Amino acid sequence: MSAAASIPSGRALRTGSEHRGPASKRIVVGYGFWIFLLSDIVMFSAIFATYAVLVHATAGGPTGAQLFDQTNVAIETACLLASSFTCGLMSMAINSRNAPATYIFAAITFALGAAFLGIELREFAGMIAIGATPERSAFLSAFFTLVGCHGLHVSIGLLWLVVMMAQVAAKGFRPNVERRLLCFSLFWHALDIIWVALFSIVYLMGAR
Amino acid sequence: MQDEMLDRAPGDDEPSMVAHDETHAGLRAYLIGLALAVILTATSFWAANTSLLWAPGVATGLAVLAVAQMGVHLAFFLHITTGPDNTNNVLALAFGVLIVTLVVAGSLWIMANLNDNAMPSPELMNLHMQH
Repeated sequence: MSAAASIPSGRALRTGSEHRGPASKRIVVGYGFWIFLLSDIVMFSAIFATYAVLVHATAGGPTGAQLFDQTNVAIETACLLASSFTCGLMSMAINSRNAPATYIFAAITFALGAAFLGIELREFAGMIAIGATPERSAFLSAFFTLVGCHGLHVSIGLLWLVVMMAQVAAKGFRPNVERRLLCFSLFWHALDIIWVALFSIVYLMGAR
Repeated sequence: MQDEMLDRAPGDDEPSMVAHDETHAGLRAYLIGLALAVILTATSFWAANTSLLWAPGVATGLAVLAVAQMGVHLAFFLHITTGPDNTNNVLALAFGVLIVTLVVAGSLWIMANLNDNAMPSPELMNLHMQH
């Protein structure tokens, strides 16, 4: 960091210095991934809208209130929230170049994410076993699309986390690996934000 | 690395702190975020299952709690702030929120309208019966 001399003065910060160069690659990559995440959220909003339109179209089949188990959802929510927290702790370990702590928090994040996914798949299996399949009604089609799409994102995130830990082990904390880890943590936190909307709209409002 | 930067990547914490201070401040942010998220989630689950609240208002309350929790996640986990180094991130977020609002509210509005108009009125149903 040859930086001490060139820390911007207060005036430069206020007016927007004329002499700053292009943004660092970390900022450009983070911003680009942020745009991707927002477009992913826009895609989810379309699926949310579909679900909200079709939620009463049960075609004589089971309704949400009959199918959803609040205890399950509470455990899923706790798993995902805790994994978002440990993912934040992992980011801090990465910033201080602490490899053992990075692995530990990554392992906890992975375990909590996998637990979430396991509970969700068990819920799906239970619903399909009693005939509440996606082809039973428009409501169930929309339900499986929405919740399944989020579950698919979580699966991809778990896969990505494993790949990133392999890269940390093989390459160490190189700048490009750190940028990918930044993107991963953004992705993981964004999944938790989508889950907040999901459990509120689908499970809590749907159970009433 | 962080000097001369007026922008900050989303997810990056305050750049201007000394190494060990940064760890403490970062941990505090994550802990505050976790505590707030737990409180809001617990309130949501309680509100959805209690009979103490006026039932028609619960859905609105749940929506407010969900929006609040998303804000907590954005501020404490994704480190989106209103600072000058975050202008680009906030503008992109604002645009995303605009599109999400248009898609969701627009779909619900249009489909509710279509539903109302496609539903045959009682008189029409009677005419069908008479034919």
